[in-house]
Amino acid sequence: MKKYTYTEKKDTRSGFGAGLLEAGKKNDQVVALCADLIGSLKMDAFIAEFPDRFYQVGIAEANMMGIAAGLTIGGKIPFTGTFANFSTGRVYDQIRQSIAYSDKNVKICASHAGLTLGEDGATHQILEDIGMMKMLPGMVVINPCDYNQTKAATMAIADYHGPVYLRFGRPAVPVFTDPDQKFEIGKAWMVNEGTDVSIFATGHLVWSAIEAGEKLAEEGINVEIINIHTIKPLDAEAVLKSVAKTGCVVSAEEHNRIGGLGDSIAQLLATNNPVPQEYVAVNDSFGESGTPDQLMKKYGLDTEDIIKAVKKVIKRK
Amino acid sequence: MTPDIDKLTKVASQVRRDIVRMVHACQSGHPGGSLGCADYLVALYFHTLKHNTKFSMDGHDEDLFFLSNGHISPVWYSVLARSGYFEVSELATFRKLNTRLQGHPTTHEKLPGVRVASGSLGQGMSVAIGAALAKKANNDSRLVFSLHGDGELQEGQIWESAMYASHNKVDNLISTIDVNGQQIDGPTDKILSLGNLREKWEAFGWEVLEMSGNDMSDVIRVLDLAISKTSKGKPIMILMQTMMGNGVDFMMHTHKWHGSAPNDAQLASALAQLEETLGDY
Repeated sequence: MKKYTYTEKKDTRSGFGAGLLEAGKKNDQVVALCADLIGSLKMDAFIAEFPDRFYQVGIAEANMMGIAAGLTIGGKIPFTGTFANFSTGRVYDQIRQSIAYSDKNVKICASHAGLTLGEDGATHQILEDIGMMKMLPGMVVINPCDYNQTKAATMAIADYHGPVYLRFGRPAVPVFTDPDQKFEIGKAWMVNEGTDVSIFATGHLVWSAIEAGEKLAEEGINVEIINIHTIKPLDAEAVLKSVAKTGCVVSAEEHNRIGGLGDSIAQLLATNNPVPQEYVAVNDSFGESGTPDQLMKKYGLDTEDIIKAVKKVIKRK
Repeated sequence: MTPDIDKLTKVASQVRRDIVRMVHACQSGHPGGSLGCADYLVALYFHTLKHNTKFSMDGHDEDLFFLSNGHISPVWYSVLARSGYFEVSELATFRKLNTRLQGHPTTHEKLPGVRVASGSLGQGMSVAIGAALAKKANNDSRLVFSLHGDGELQEGQIWESAMYASHNKVDNLISTIDVNGQQIDGPTDKILSLGNLREKWEAFGWEVLEMSGNDMSDVIRVLDLAISKTSKGKPIMILMQTMMGNGVDFMMHTHKWHGSAPNDAQLASALAQLEETLGDY
């Protein structure tokens, strides 16, 4: 079992900010838009470096999505920035018609996703965004797990032609992936090989899965952990290969259990290799105010919940 | 260049024939607004736009047009075909299975001339602004045009984009509202009145012009005037008065023909009123 450690915690949104700056340096067609949340999205460095390639649209997310679609027509590669809630539900029809159906090369970059937004409460804690976005034909959906992976993903989507939803978060979380990693869209990352159960985790839950794996190893349970950073297109080959070996699954995500990563995996397995699966996800409810740690515990998304799910699913084999 | 008003009027007559024939053939679609905007779109494509019918999505160094009220697709398809973007015979496929001429315009089937999907209302002005910003960023001095329905102004996104365009001095954009006073459920004044449109758009910081949209001479005059007002720090709005159903007597003075198709007898009556000038498709 590979041992993962970290020396610092950083927010994934800062990884986005750093990646956006690098993408901007590499390709002068990269432009950025923001709906009055520059500081929250960590776009300051890009704006300082490329003031003429930044568009402040004010609190008008629908207009932002349309402008982004229009900018692509002149060859630009627009990155829109606002909270995940306002990047998806608020502007679903704009994304559907002007971006996805129109096949526009827009990168919808969404911070403060999920419960870990914290004290602002359920109005801002979207837990349905992955589901909404993955249902759009042609939309790529990415949910990276730490600062380094988010930075790498941000740079990678600039090189990919087509609409992308990039989801990241607010709190500082362990930085444990390679700072020089090459991010491959649609290619799952084998975090740890194992034989007893496959844990497919995305976003903030990847670190929790690693912690759970270490504790389970002490009890003699050998878990395989795979980071599904790209929820769509799903790396079916990696999922099926792992499940053929382990015979059971735990999916882990900071999202409603309806419509998220777990459902994508269940659908794949139902038609290929049905095996027992347990969900670590929010049980079809809204969130509430609280600290990120309190909320992850209350809504069943922490390390202990993964451990319980693993033990339960192994018994069902 | 003095435009040949007579020639443009003849093109518009053929376009009106195309519209009623297309809508009749599939027994669906939106003839009313299409007929009302025929003169504007003919003037635009046959006089105003500097454009290349060898279509490229980016449209560098050419004027761009965005149809935001996508339901009047019949008039746009006809004008695109008649100006050479694709064969006029393809108009016969409108709204039929496997067509590039979808009920509402889309890029999805790669129809030349269309740069974004429209139909869900209120989105086209934002897209046009984006394209106009890209032109500025690319040092491309050509212009961006957009057309919107008056009922469409009931969508909130329009006013987001209206604020943005004036604040950011998007002065390479000429938008037009088709003011025909009708929407699906009845007159706009009864459904949700639009108030004083000139004052509204002026209050939003736009240069506002008015145009008689079914008078080809006036359409040309105002479009030329609008172009002379570009690059002066303000986006330009043309309030275009039209008659829904213009050119077909029984389709005028009512919202009934917003989204319904003529039967065989009505088609014959309509075609008898519209001179075939370029040959039917």
